[in-house]
Amino acid sequence: MKEVVMLEEENGVVDPRLQAIKAAIRVVPHFPKPGIMFNDITTMLLRPKVFKDAVEIFVDRYRDMSISAVAGVEARGFIFGPPIALALGAKFIPLRKPKKLPGEVISESYVLEYGTDSLEMHVGAVQPGERVIIIDDLVATGGTLCAAINLLERVGADVVECACLIGLPKFKGGCWLNGKPVYVLVDCRQ
Amino acid sequence: MAVCEDKKQDTRIQRIASSIRVVPDFPKKGIMFQDITTLLLDPKAFKDTVDLFVEQYTGRGISVVAGVEARGFIFGPPIALAIGAKFVPLRKPRKLPGEVISENYILEYGSDCLEMHVGAVQPGERALVVDDLIATGGTLCAAISLLERAGAEVLECACVIELPELKGRGRLNGKPLYVLVESH
Repeated sequence: MKEVVMLEEENGVVDPRLQAIKAAIRVVPHFPKPGIMFNDITTMLLRPKVFKDAVEIFVDRYRDMSISAVAGVEARGFIFGPPIALALGAKFIPLRKPKKLPGEVISESYVLEYGTDSLEMHVGAVQPGERVIIIDDLVATGGTLCAAINLLERVGADVVECACLIGLPKFKGGCWLNGKPVYVLVDCRQ
Repeated sequence: MAVCEDKKQDTRIQRIASSIRVVPDFPKKGIMFQDITTLLLDPKAFKDTVDLFVEQYTGRGISVVAGVEARGFIFGPPIALAIGAKFVPLRKPRKLPGEVISENYILEYGSDCLEMHVGAVQPGERALVVDDLIATGGTLCAAISLLERAGAEVLECACVIELPELKGRGRLNGKPLYVLVESH
């Protein structure tokens, strides 16, 4: 069964916070290359109430789910993950590009449109059985999130859900990643 | 009462300081790297860190918190959210989409560059710059320049850790520096 939960409409009523979040996201055409309509969340960060509401929506969802760790994908996942972690009383775990984390790490490679990339996590950041959510600003192909899920599962963590502010259209109407549900606030602006 | 407050502050700072891990010879031999990721694994220490900054900056009319990529992105947003300010990411080149201004700065070997979005900050806004650590002060100096070029007034720089021997404090264009922990 495929399922992605898009919060935009419940019973035909649109949450005004979500409307504000979607409106605050800026589309920058042809970035980082021609043909890509980049969904820029930095304009949302300039609206304190909208930023606060976005964080609150995630916190409300995960508050009673016994989440002990929030993993955030570098770099925009570092903006949203920590406020959520702090509100939940959970650890924050940065998942980073290669050679950024000092000390012992585990690595997971993933495929890009052209070539490959790699994500790293500290050994010992997470214990087996810990309930974890993964945060990033946007899910496109899902490649990065899959690598994140793999890193956490390799150390025995229980990935409860992946959460993003924005999801690209291919996710509308359902997609699990690696068997994990993906929770998205708004679909991308074109 | 003042003594009790100081003691409470000391306890929080002690916990923060002991949660920071030092990793020798990273990213290269001879550097004792101050790793804050272990602080982030201690929810109370992380919360105390943010609370201490929020206590310092509440009620001072700050409307902008600028955070330096990438570890400034971890501490800046919670502070911004708590004081009702905007969060402005300051990034390595070519990461920010759209129109940016750029500021170059000197590294030990070579140079680097920091960027900020045009229009993120309005003239006259009062700003705080946040990063995890200040060493030579080069990055923070570039951050201050970007904000001032956009017409903002930088009130202060805030870091979790200072390496005082590298004298960054004196390189901030006269701006004050607030840190929680010194590492020698």
